[in-house]
Amino acid sequence: MKPIAILKAAAFAAALVPAAALAYDFYTQNLTANPGDYITDQTGTWALTMLVITLTITPLRRLTKWNELIKLRRMLGLFAFFYATLHMLTWVVFVHFFDVSFMVEDVVKRPFITVGMATFLILFALALTSNRFALRKLGKRWQTLHRLVYAAAIGAVIHFWWLVKADITLPRRWAVAVAILLGFRVWWSWRVGARPATAARAVRRA
Amino acid sequence: MVIKKARDIRSSEITPKDVYVRRREFLQASAAAMLAAGFGALPGIAEAQQPRTKLKGPIKKSPFSTTEKVNLYEHVTSYNNFYEFGTAKDEPKVLARNFKTTPWTLEVEGEVAKPAKYGLEDFIKPFALEERIYRMRCVEAWSMVIPWVGIPLKDVVEKVQPTGKAQFVEFITLQDVGRMPYQRSNVLDWPYVEGLRLDEAKHPLALLAVGIYDEVLPPQNGAPIRLVVPWKYGFKGGKSIVKMRFVEKQPRNTWNVMAPHEYGFYANVNPNVDHPRWSQARERRLPDLLATTKTQMFNGYSEVASLYNGMDLRKNY
Repeated sequence: MKPIAILKAAAFAAALVPAAALAYDFYTQNLTANPGDYITDQTGTWALTMLVITLTITPLRRLTKWNELIKLRRMLGLFAFFYATLHMLTWVVFVHFFDVSFMVEDVVKRPFITVGMATFLILFALALTSNRFALRKLGKRWQTLHRLVYAAAIGAVIHFWWLVKADITLPRRWAVAVAILLGFRVWWSWRVGARPATAARAVRRA
Repeated sequence: MVIKKARDIRSSEITPKDVYVRRREFLQASAAAMLAAGFGALPGIAEAQQPRTKLKGPIKKSPFSTTEKVNLYEHVTSYNNFYEFGTAKDEPKVLARNFKTTPWTLEVEGEVAKPAKYGLEDFIKPFALEERIYRMRCVEAWSMVIPWVGIPLKDVVEKVQPTGKAQFVEFITLQDVGRMPYQRSNVLDWPYVEGLRLDEAKHPLALLAVGIYDEVLPPQNGAPIRLVVPWKYGFKGGKSIVKMRFVEKQPRNTWNVMAPHEYGFYANVNPNVDHPRWSQARERRLPDLLATTKTQMFNGYSEVASLYNGMDLRKNY
């Protein structure tokens, strides 16, 4: 097995650990006095974590020149969508128990829910078009569409920031992480643009 | 796991404060590393609680108690909003475990005939302890049923004899960064202060709690003495009170200072007035998963309604 294949299998297993831990703690009734909130917090945190990890693939690839890392990206992005889906479902089921009018009211009236829902819809669209068929069909527009992942990362952080009551320590930390990862891309494209010959060589070498 | 009593533990054995305060962040930071390495094991943390102590003396039952199912002791004492000991609900239990509440001085001052400083025991002694099983509705839209033990605030107010000028009671809680580690942060404006209108303080439902489940109040629940106002959102219940000040003008209350559009002075439980960021129409009765229990006006304590006759409770939220 090639190193990248081993890494991919390991990452797949590791990305399932949070879900397995939640399921186990749920089964053993070890989810605090407020299991509903706990599951919501955990799935939300892991959705954001997976999203941020997905965004580290390209910088890592550029810095290490290990281009095969790209083979992890779709899988990690789909895990972000997986945890975001669980997160959204806790809201649909635990908070509103499928009551559509309450959900609509939430989305319309409360900015942090509006942003959260928009973020989820972006991830949903990206997950739907993450297959080879969509890639071929969309052609050049595929990349444009999938740049929306940057908006999703920003949306996820805003969603977190706006829902905390007073202590913004955690959302601030995520904001820094996302800023660094997006900043890298700006810096990289500036670098490539500023020194086209060198950059082109670098790309060819890679 | 061996659970040691607090006094058996050498300070060198205790996990350093910063380590467990940052545990969550540490776990998240290590998530990426774990993912790459494929590890699933999480580091454990040492936990030891203060010994549980029965309250001394007889405890009267009360007709004000609800017959609803009481929450587990374990839940009531491990899911706390007590920002002096951390902003996550599971932190106060850990960070407050060595909180010393003896000796404790409680001061009554301001517009009263008998301003005085009391040792906590002397303060409580003249009154009979009562059990009050109350619903507690948090502003965050969850609720519990808690068997408090305490003394009616009304009796205390009568004893200290407010002057004609007294219109409000201000409750000032402990400020001591050496004992309350999160007071280092500026998350809230310390010390935590709360207030009631004098007629609210004289309502028979208002309680100064010194215990739960017939036991001495654990630190994370506001030891040694805290306010319980069951028809208001939980944040009105100041914890670890050191001073009651009788005043003419409406006192400030911490969350109102922090975010005036989100938290008012009155903070009566009201399903018709939403918090700007969430609905207050329904609540999650812990440990239920579903947040679909209908919230009742005044948290179901409709006998307080007459206190607010003629008031617009949308404006005075």
